Amino acid sequence: MRHETIEKSVNLMMVLIVVAISIGGLVELVPLMFSADATEPDEGIVPYSALRLAGRDVYVREGCYNCHSQMIRPFRSETERYGPYTTAGETVYDRPFQFGSKRTGPDLARVGGRYSNDWQRLHLIDPRALVPESNMPGYPWLEESTVDTELITTKLRTLRMLGDPYTDAQIASAASEVEGKTEMDALIAYLQELGTNRTARR
Amino acid sequence: MAAFWAWFVAAGTIGFVIWCVWLIRWASKQAPQNIKDEDLVGHKWDGDLEELNNPAPKWWLYLYFMTIAWGAVYLISYPGLGITEGLLNWSQQGQYEEEMKAAEARYEPIYERFAAMDFETLSQDPEAQRLGGSLFANYCTTCHGSDARGAAGYPNLTDDDWIWGDDELAITTTIRQGRNNVMPNLSPALGGDTGIDNMVNYVRSLSGAVEADAAAMSSQPMFVALCSTCHMANGSGNPLLGGPNLTDDVWLYGSSPEVVRATIVNGRNGVMPPHGVLLGDKRTKILAAYVSSLSNSE
Repeated sequence: MRHETIEKSVNLMMVLIVVAISIGGLVELVPLMFSADATEPDEGIVPYSALRLAGRDVYVREGCYNCHSQMIRPFRSETERYGPYTTAGETVYDRPFQFGSKRTGPDLARVGGRYSNDWQRLHLIDPRALVPESNMPGYPWLEESTVDTELITTKLRTLRMLGDPYTDAQIASAASEVEGKTEMDALIAYLQELGTNRTARR
Repeated sequence: MAAFWAWFVAAGTIGFVIWCVWLIRWASKQAPQNIKDEDLVGHKWDGDLEELNNPAPKWWLYLYFMTIAWGAVYLISYPGLGITEGLLNWSQQGQYEEEMKAAEARYEPIYERFAAMDFETLSQDPEAQRLGGSLFANYCTTCHGSDARGAAGYPNLTDDDWIWGDDELAITTTIRQGRNNVMPNLSPALGGDTGIDNMVNYVRSLSGAVEADAAAMSSQPMFVALCSTCHMANGSGNPLLGGPNLTDDVWLYGSSPEVVRATIVNGRNGVMPPHGVLLGDKRTKILAAYVSSLSNSE
């Protein structure tokens, strides 16, 4: 086959490019899908409770990941500030994971329990009321919208279908767990759990 | 299973490298023999711009081979294939642990020296102050502010008012275990709006914010009955229970009648999260000494 033949046929070129690129994916991604390190939960890691799951979805919807990572890299400079480095086994129930790629604000992977619930609420409503030099936007509307009780049951069922070990009891009580809760409550419940169900915190 | 995927990665990687070598050799053999010197690519721009169909320069070709050779060295040195550890015996975790060990060897003697110092000396040591300052910047500024002057509901640490006490034990306990300071809502016992207003005036009069009139003074027995458990009968506070002193001009949540009223009607729930696990004992002590110095230096 002449080089010219490949270069001048768009379809053949396309197929060959896909083949070339997919080798990278096959070698780097596929083996991880079968590696216990990446697919089995670490000790203590359980699926999100209904309220926290709702909070996680608020986190994703509001784009928190644009400014906050949840990925502590294995460097001393990171573990000194944030806590133990992130492992694959603690993110198995994150769909999609919230590693993020940029830190305008601090990493949040271990933020659970670092501040009080009240602090989180006041800070989410108006960050500058507590941290004058902050450039984080406020999210006051989260206090005004409530969590959708029907949707949360569907979400839990869907996640169980994907393999998350939710029990029947958890799914049955999901709606009542989020009943009357605001999105603010849900987000705070999510944040306050981040990094806390690991065995080692330091 | 793990072994299969390791070999899968190795075969894929090695196969791809070999294929790259073959492809470059094949492509480089194509050009010079089959193409005459004066051959043109066949495109024409702006009426007279044409391009000779020359092979890529040799140095360019060698760059490809050098890159591949570098890749081979890399795969041998590092665990890039999945089946070998690599000659350098490098691992991400190992590198992290080495970094931690180096840091411990460097900083541990400093922490040891500070751990042996008594609290008073530590709070005046300039080196400990610098260390304490960076710990404070990392762990405390979000609530207490970068100037340590706090915010509404988050205590100012630069004044000389200490809700939980100012000695070593009190400050280290606060940092290590955190504090949960609950003021219950006792307003139902105050007998409606007038009673609450009188109590607000009485509480504000304790620090001299207002002059207590007869109506306000009528709340005094109620204050002794309801509030004295934590704030003491004269309002001077009790650091053992975290009951703030109401007779000074330091107000955690604010001194306006509206805020004092809100405190009485809704109660308060002040939380300082525990930091002992995050800091460890030695650093807790250094931080406590620093916090103590913030107030004493004023």
